[in-house]
Amino acid sequence: MSERKGLTAGFDLLPFCGIAVLVAAWSLGIRLRPGSLLPGPLAVARAIAELAANGLLWKHLVASLFRVTWGYLAAVLVAVPAGIALGSTRRPDQAIGPLLEILRPISPLAWIPLAILWLGVGDQAAIAIIFLASFLPLALTVKNTVRRIPRVHLQAADNFGLTAWSRASKVVLPAIAPQLIVGLRLTMGIAWLVVVAAEMIAVNSGLGFLVIDARNAGNRYDLVVAGMVLIGLVGLGLDTVVLRLERLPALRWAYAQAGSRR
Amino acid sequence: MILPLRTSPLPAASKLEVHGLDVTLAGNGHSIAVLRNVDLAVAAGELICVLGPSGCGKTTLLQVLGGFLAPTRGAVLIDGEPVTRPDPRRIFVFQERGLFPWLTAAENIGFGLEKLPRGERQARVAHYVELVGLVGFERAFPHELSGGMKQRVEVARALAMNPDVLFLDEPFGALDSITRLTLRRELLRIWEAERKTIVFVTHDIEESIQLADRIVVMSQRPATVRRVVEVDIPHPRDLSSRRYLELRDGIGAEIGLAHRV
Amino acid sequence: MSVRRRLEALAWPASSFAAVLAAWQLAVTASRSTTFPAPLAVARGFAELAARGVLVPYTADSLMRVLGGFLLALSAGVPVGLVMGWYPPAARALEPVVQILRPISPLAWIPVSIVLFGIGNGATVFLIFLAALFPIVVATSNGVRGVPELYLSAGRNFGLSPLALFRRVLLPAILPQVLVGLRIALGISWLVVVAAEMIAIDSGLGYLVIDARNAGKRYDLVIAAILLIGGIGLVLDLLARRVERLPRVRWGFPRSDGG
Repeated sequence: MSERKGLTAGFDLLPFCGIAVLVAAWSLGIRLRPGSLLPGPLAVARAIAELAANGLLWKHLVASLFRVTWGYLAAVLVAVPAGIALGSTRRPDQAIGPLLEILRPISPLAWIPLAILWLGVGDQAAIAIIFLASFLPLALTVKNTVRRIPRVHLQAADNFGLTAWSRASKVVLPAIAPQLIVGLRLTMGIAWLVVVAAEMIAVNSGLGFLVIDARNAGNRYDLVVAGMVLIGLVGLGLDTVVLRLERLPALRWAYAQAGSRR
Repeated sequence: MILPLRTSPLPAASKLEVHGLDVTLAGNGHSIAVLRNVDLAVAAGELICVLGPSGCGKTTLLQVLGGFLAPTRGAVLIDGEPVTRPDPRRIFVFQERGLFPWLTAAENIGFGLEKLPRGERQARVAHYVELVGLVGFERAFPHELSGGMKQRVEVARALAMNPDVLFLDEPFGALDSITRLTLRRELLRIWEAERKTIVFVTHDIEESIQLADRIVVMSQRPATVRRVVEVDIPHPRDLSSRRYLELRDGIGAEIGLAHRV
Repeated sequence: MSVRRRLEALAWPASSFAAVLAAWQLAVTASRSTTFPAPLAVARGFAELAARGVLVPYTADSLMRVLGGFLLALSAGVPVGLVMGWYPPAARALEPVVQILRPISPLAWIPVSIVLFGIGNGATVFLIFLAALFPIVVATSNGVRGVPELYLSAGRNFGLSPLALFRRVLLPAILPQVLVGLRIALGISWLVVVAAEMIAIDSGLGYLVIDARNAGKRYDLVIAAILLIGGIGLVLDLLARRVERLPRVRWGFPRSDGG
C-alpha cells in the first residue's frame, strides 16, 4: 500500500469543478425543456443584478439578517444557561426535560399561526419563531453534552471546592465548548432555514418573502431562483463564520482522537 | 556487573528474511528516516521478539513485514517470496481494538473462514474458542468483554486462519500486569501446540525474555538492529533464575537503562 | 430504579405538564380571547377530528409522503455520502455544492417544485427528499471518514477483495453513524411535511393545520393538529432510537444514555 500523491498545486480546482458541473447541468436542463417557466443560470444572474440595481437586494438581505441575528442570539443566550442548568440538576430536568423533548418534533412553522395570533404579522412574530426553533434543539444539545462530561472532571471541580458558578464557568463550559460550537453551527443553520420559512408567511420583506412574492406577483421565476441562490450563499456565509470558531486552537483538544482516517 | 550476552548468528534455513531494509516516511513536509539497514532472519516455528523503546520504529518494521507498507529500500522475503502486499498467510494481531465491534466473538474468530463449508468453519471456530479459553462467550460482543478476553479473541481469530507467520504488535500493552502474565503463558501454550512462526513486538524487556527464543534489540530512531540476543533458558522459564536476571540486566545495560530506582 | 425514583421520574414531568395546562387555561380566561382556545377546547377539537374520521387517513397520507421522500433521499444520499467519504477529491468537489444547497429551506423550493411537479404528491415528496438528503449525505461521509484504518487493514490482511472489504467491513462500521443521520433526517422530514403539505390539495396533517385556520379560524383544531404532529414526531424519534440499540449497532454508541 503506497501513499497517494496529493495535488501539489497550491490552488485547488476541484471545489469549483463541482459548482461548475452543477451550473452546467442546470443550464442543460433548462434548455431541454424550452417552454419551462424556470430560468437558466444567466437569467438568474441578471435578476440578481437587477435586485442590486434597484436596492431591493440590500433591503431584503438586511431584513432577513436582522431577524435571524436577533432570534438566534436570543436563543443562544437563553439556551446555553438553560441547558447547563438542566444538565447539571436532576429534579428540574425531570420536570422540564420531557416538556422540551415533546415540543421539539413540532415544526416551527406550526407555531406560525399562533405567533401571528399573539404578536401580529411582522418582525416580532418572525423573531419569536426563529427563537423557538433555535432554542429547543440547542438547549437539548447543551443539556445532553453536559450530561456526558466525564465524571472525573466534575469530581475534580468538587474536590477543589469550586462554587456552583465557578464550576459552571471554569469546568462545565470549557468541557462542552467543542460540542457547543458544533451545536451553535447546526442551530445557525436551523435559524437560517426557519427565517426563510417564517418570512414566507409572516412578513413583507426579506429573502423568503422575495421568493414567494416574486412568484405570486407576476411569476417572476428568475427572481424566485435568484432569491434561492442568495439564500444559499448567505447561509453558507453564516455557516463559515461559525465554522471559524470551531477551528480555534483552544478547542483542538477535542479533535485529538486516535484511529480515524482524517 | 554486566555479564556478557551471547549474540546469536543468523539461522541457516529461514522462514522470514529481511535484507537491508530502509524506511523513510514523509511527514509534515520533511522526511523521517524510521528504519535504517535492518537485517533479520527468523527460522520456521521460532518465536522472536523485536524489542525497543516506544516510537523507535518497531511498528513500522512490522507493517513492512506484513506487507502494509512498502520499504524505501531493501526486501522482505517469506519462504523465499518477496512480500509486497497483505496476505492471509501472515496475520497481524493488534491490541484488542482490532476486533470488529459489530460481530460476536465467534463471528470475529470465523471472519476469515468464509470460504470454508459451514460445518468445517464451525468446528474450527469451536476449536480455537476452546484453545484460548473462551468457551461460553462465543455470542458476546467485544464491548461486553474485558480487555484480556478481547485479546484472546484476536489471537484466536488470527490462529483460525492457520497462517504461516503471526505478527503481534504489543498485543498485551493495554492490559494490566496480572492479565499480561496470564496471557503470555497462554501464548506460549498455544505456540507450543501449534508451532507457528511468531514475530512479537514489545517495549517490555521482561516480556521479551519470557517469551522469545531470540530477541532482536532495536536502537532509537532511525532504528537498526543493535544486537540479537539468544535466550537459552528452557520453558517454563523461572522469572527468578540467575540466567533470567543476567539476561534482563544485560539487555537493560545494552539499551542504557538505569539499574536502580 | 427503585419504586420511589420511578414515581419521581413520572411525577415531576406530570406536574409540570399540569402547571403548563393550568397556566394556559389561566391565560386564555384572563385575556378573554375569543380566538385562542383553552386546553379543554383543544381536547374537544381533537375528539371532533377523530369523530370526523380524518385523523387516521390524514396521518397515513402524511406518513406515506414522508416515507417516500425519505426513502428516495436514502437511496441517493448514502451512495453519494460513501463516495464523498472515501475519495477526498470527490469530497472537495461536492462539498461546495452541498454547502450552498443545504441552507436553502425546502419551503423556498416550493415555487420551483410546483413548476417541476405540479401541485400534489410529487412536489411534496420532492420537498421531503431535499430536506432529508443532506443530513444523510453528511452522516454517511463522516462515518466513512471516521472508520479506523485498523479495521480496513485487518480486512485486507484476511485477504478480502475490495468488494468484500466494502460489504463486510466498511458498511457495518459506518452503520451506527448512518443510523443517527437517518434518525435526524426522519425528524427533519416530519417537520417539513407540515410545510410541504401547505401546497398539497386535500389531505395530510399539515394540510389540516392550514385548513382549520383558513376555513373558519378553528384554532382549537389547529392546536389539536399541531400537538398530534408533535406526538407522532416524538414516536418516530423514539422508534428510531430503538433501532440504534440493536446489538449489531449498539457498539457505536458507547454511553448508555444514547443522547
